[in-house]
Amino acid sequence: MLRRLPLLLLAYSLTLASLLAQHGYTPADVEDGGRLFRANCANCHGPDGNFIPGIDLGRNRFKTASTDSDLVRVIRIGVPGTAMPPNNYSEFQATTIVAYLRSMAADEARAGALGGDPARGKTWYEKSDCATCHRVKGVGSRQGPDLTEIGAIRRAGELERSLLEPDAEVLQASRLLQIAAKDGITVTGIMLNQDAFSVQILDTKDQLRSIPRDTIRDQSFVTKSPMPSYRDKLNAQELADLVSYLASLKGAAAP
Amino acid sequence: MTRTLLLLLLIGRAFAADVTFDRILRAPQEPQNWLTHSGSVLSQRHSPLQDITPENVKDLELQWIFQARSLEKFEATPLVVDGIMYTVQAPNDVVAMDAATGRIFWIYSYRPSPDSRPCCGRVNRGLAILGDTLFMATLDAHLIAIDTKTGALNWNVQVAKPEAGYAMSVAPLVIKDKVIIGTAGGEYGIRGFIAAHDAKTGKEAWRFYTIPGPGEPGHETWPAGTDAWEHGGASIWVTGSYDPETNLTFWGVGNPGPDWNSDERPGDNLYSDSVVALDADTGKLKWHYQFTPHDDWDYDSTQIPVLADITWQGKPRKVMMWANRNGFFYILDRITGQYLMGKPFVDVTWATGIDETGRPIRAPGMAPTREGVTVSPGVQGGTNWYSPSYSPRTGLFYVPTWASYTSSFTKTPAKYEAGRSFTGGSPRSIVPSIRYPQVNNRNPADGYGAVRAIDPLTGERKWEFKMADVTDAGILTTASDVLFSGGRDGYFYALDARNGELLWKVNVGAGVASGPISYSVGGRQYIAVTAGSSLFTYALRK
Repeated sequence: MLRRLPLLLLAYSLTLASLLAQHGYTPADVEDGGRLFRANCANCHGPDGNFIPGIDLGRNRFKTASTDSDLVRVIRIGVPGTAMPPNNYSEFQATTIVAYLRSMAADEARAGALGGDPARGKTWYEKSDCATCHRVKGVGSRQGPDLTEIGAIRRAGELERSLLEPDAEVLQASRLLQIAAKDGITVTGIMLNQDAFSVQILDTKDQLRSIPRDTIRDQSFVTKSPMPSYRDKLNAQELADLVSYLASLKGAAAP
Repeated sequence: MTRTLLLLLLIGRAFAADVTFDRILRAPQEPQNWLTHSGSVLSQRHSPLQDITPENVKDLELQWIFQARSLEKFEATPLVVDGIMYTVQAPNDVVAMDAATGRIFWIYSYRPSPDSRPCCGRVNRGLAILGDTLFMATLDAHLIAIDTKTGALNWNVQVAKPEAGYAMSVAPLVIKDKVIIGTAGGEYGIRGFIAAHDAKTGKEAWRFYTIPGPGEPGHETWPAGTDAWEHGGASIWVTGSYDPETNLTFWGVGNPGPDWNSDERPGDNLYSDSVVALDADTGKLKWHYQFTPHDDWDYDSTQIPVLADITWQGKPRKVMMWANRNGFFYILDRITGQYLMGKPFVDVTWATGIDETGRPIRAPGMAPTREGVTVSPGVQGGTNWYSPSYSPRTGLFYVPTWASYTSSFTKTPAKYEAGRSFTGGSPRSIVPSIRYPQVNNRNPADGYGAVRAIDPLTGERKWEFKMADVTDAGILTTASDVLFSGGRDGYFYALDARNGELLWKVNVGAGVASGPISYSVGGRQYIAVTAGSSLFTYALRK
């Protein structure tokens, strides 16, 4: 079983690489497009792009467009006579959204290749060390992102990538800030807020702290994710199970 | 001793611990914090802090403002735990801030269902806390639990159906491992209840219906053979209190419905307009006292039950003090519910007095008619949901008062339809009930606001501080005999709690519609209050 993972990963890398090469998109394009998609498109189309009947952006099923340039045009001028409005994007911005749509479809194709079982994924989550950093419905640590609603905000492909390549994308809300105080003490925490005079963090001891800037000697974001890669810790089935469990976490519903 | 205390304070600041129920019970021993809606489970809204005094209060200055992204009235009382302030931006956004600077740590936004239909504003009165979890009752009748550190949602349970008129604005009360809430909707023909939910899971632990069902004692106070009891209101929208010695929790219950047309609900209509004393573990009724049997005027008993141990007629007695919307000030024995005293604190025309058993003696001809009948107090009452205060130092009870205030009560037909307004009338007053006009050119003789200080031993008024407009502001007293309050005039002010003398005032630019609190961070005492849609904090000039 374990042996299948490198193969799968190879396939994944090849798919993504070939996709990007084929369309000339970089991972940064995909990331930028994802931000625009979540902020603007997901309101009507849904996070997976399948809220409008007959359209499934995540699987690249469109009504009026097929080529990338068609898509850029539709995104910019809208579809007259429908609820799809014209949008004030530059050509470049619209292109990054297309890059994101293409990456969604590639992720989707891969995730569908190996069916995951959310119940087995939950068991794996609970018996491994996930909860030492993450939290689901009030259980676990606060140091990593809270996963209670992660399935509603991240797609399966993105979740898989976070497990295998945690450094590939660290969400702004999860970034760690390292602060060296003038008194020599170093504090690390998730940056929550800031102004000209102070910085607000949740530190690694789970304390909300407001730190005056005049006590800070130096500060910088930690660029790498504190999360280790699970590339060598999960076989392909376990990975699919875990991803399907995470994708099933859509909020804290009634007990 | 001082050094130990200082060390403890410093440790408290550096390693903020979870809020256990034991800490909530002993809240007065942590004067730097404000751990429950009314400051303590006894609900005296009295702070033991005393750095701000009658002498130096004139040196208060603005420290920071939180401007809510909402134009609703800011009715929430904040909580403060070890330097962090938690409050609610209307309708249902939970905000965590640095209590010393107002800088925001996180915001949790909850969007209530469009089905919710609160009668009187999309407001919320605040949060409860236990452990590392905050609890909020939402406008669409959900109870939700949020992590104190991150604002992440822990659980969300539906308590009642918003489309049937159930809404929640109450700040929950934590007792032991339970979160206690109740629902509003007295103008929509709900059947009110108080419910306890497990703090860990949100699962309902018990529910007490404020209108007894068939076969239960009190059901006979509703007309037999009808369904009047099923939509008779008796809502809950103001936080209760708790007596740890008897394990009783006390809640004030709202008006019966329809509000102003009682033709279809002959009888006393229990437990509307009552205080109910419930076993906190089981929700079983221990006793009740009904302030206004068969209410015709919307005299909700949704006031904060204020608990105190006083010397009553020469003997120590555990009492409950209650200035009611119906215009009477009451003293009850809180162990048995026995009526001890009831005296008007404003003009009262609907009753001529209270008999020795505690039942009001109704004045004839005061029930609403088609043409209208003028009654005092008016529809908003002699007071309303506004938090009162009791100072054990002065021994006085302080009540936000609508004085010299009447309404003309008219009666109209009322037919119950789920989710529709079910009031049966439309009282009219010169003083607006809920709107705050920005100018006031009325004659104060037609209704004015006041802080009235009442001696609970006699029911006599000791002093009064008059405002030109009426007041929706709660009252805070401190152990240094300073009283803070405000009103629709748009002022926030400090009075001498001993004699009502004005010590300091500031124009905050809009009506105050919450109870002030006091707390301290790093040894510095702060006062926080909301006005309009903003929260203001003050401290002595450094």
